[in-house]
This record gives sequence, C-alpha cells and structure tokens, in this order.
Amino acid sequence: MNNYETVFILTPVLSDVQMKETVEKFKNLLTDQGAEIVNEEDWGLRKLAYNIDKKTTGFYTFLEFKADPSVIDKLEVNFRRDERVVRFLTVKQDKFAYEYALKRRNNKGGKKKEADPSSADSRKRKENVRVNESEQPEVTTNEKED
Amino acid sequence: MAKQSEIRYLTPLSVDVKKKKYCRFKKNGIKYIDYKDPEFLKKFLNEQGKILPRRITGTSLKFQRRVAQAVKRARHIALLPYVTDLMK
Repeated sequence: MNNYETVFILTPVLSDVQMKETVEKFKNLLTDQGAEIVNEEDWGLRKLAYNIDKKTTGFYTFLEFKADPSVIDKLEVNFRRDERVVRFLTVKQDKFAYEYALKRRNNKGGKKKEADPSSADSRKRKENVRVNESEQPEVTTNEKED
Repeated sequence: MAKQSEIRYLTPLSVDVKKKKYCRFKKNGIKYIDYKDPEFLKKFLNEQGKILPRRITGTSLKFQRRVAQAVKRARHIALLPYVTDLMK
C-alpha cells in the first residue's frame, strides 16, 4: 500500500449535482478496488491558468488515498475514458509529501472545527512565516578608497 | 611615480558588498515543495512564467530540482500557465 494524491478537473458545464455524482463515481471506484480514502477536498470552480478544451474554468477536486499500485492504472484509465474529466494528476507521496499532507489535513480539520476567522488568519500568518524569508535590510558600506 | 597612485575620481567608486545568496528551503527547513500552492511557486518564475535559474534565486541544487518538479506539476493542472505575459 502506498499513499497517493490526485487532483482532477471536471468540465464547468456540469451542474453541481452532476459534479458531485462524478466525484462520487471516482471515490466509489477507488473504494471498490480496496483503496482507503484519507482526505477529500473540493476546491470548487476555479479559473484555469490557460484554456483547456476552450474552457476557462473547471471544478477542482483533490483526493488523498492509500492504495496498491495496480489501482492507479485502473483509476487513470477511467479518468481518460470519462469525458467529464478534462485533466488529472496522480502523484505518489514520498515521505516529505506525506508529512506535509498530514500537516495540511490537521490544519484543515482545525479550521473546520473552529470555523472562525482568527484561526484561519493565524494559519495564514504561519504559512507566511514559513514561506517568506525574513529579509533584513542590510547596510551596505561603501568604503572610500584614496 | 607617487602621483600615479593618487588617481582621484569625481564620484566615489561604489564597491558593492555582495549580499550572500542562500537557499531559502535549507534556511527555513522546508522539506516539501507543494505543487498545489501556485502563489508560492510564483516566486521562482519570471514574468513570462519561466523557471528562474539557481544563480538568481540562490536555491540549492537539491531544492531547485524539486521546485522545477512542483512547477511542472502545477502547470499540468492549470494552476500555473505554461506561457504568459505580465504574470505579476
């Protein structure tokens, strides 16, 4: 069993119900193959960075699951066959990715439980600290040479 | 002979003290670069969406490879553009 994560984009022409149905279909497909879904995130309708099939937006869904490698083949075949899926990406989580995913999940869970803006804010701030290098303005000394 | 060494310039020669570049991942202890976070990855791209070289960002080789991998994944799922103008 390995840990995988997959992001797939569904066409924006679907209604909300159809979109949920499609996501369910893939989740069922995974569980039927003996995979265990760890996390599911619905990013909603997002703007694409470039047009895909003349579409500018898409429904993003993110899944994390534990599965045998053979399951991935079947999943990807089904992604290719389904014309509602415009793009997909499946990645195996290495140990760093796994740790990061755990942290991400915990953050998300905390946010959901408390659901107040302050916790989300603090999380963002923490991320900024992690992300931004703290640059101190350095005093450059111009030495005059005679 | 002594006069030759006394060359005077109108403006003082600016001897730039070069700021040492460093790898922000090593410095901050970041182990994994997430391809799902396009805002972070944009720091490693130029205006046209190309990946910046190490000599500019100062990233170590190990993490430059991971940045490149993450950027390419983000491009695939349309979180980042392959080509663009005026990204920022």
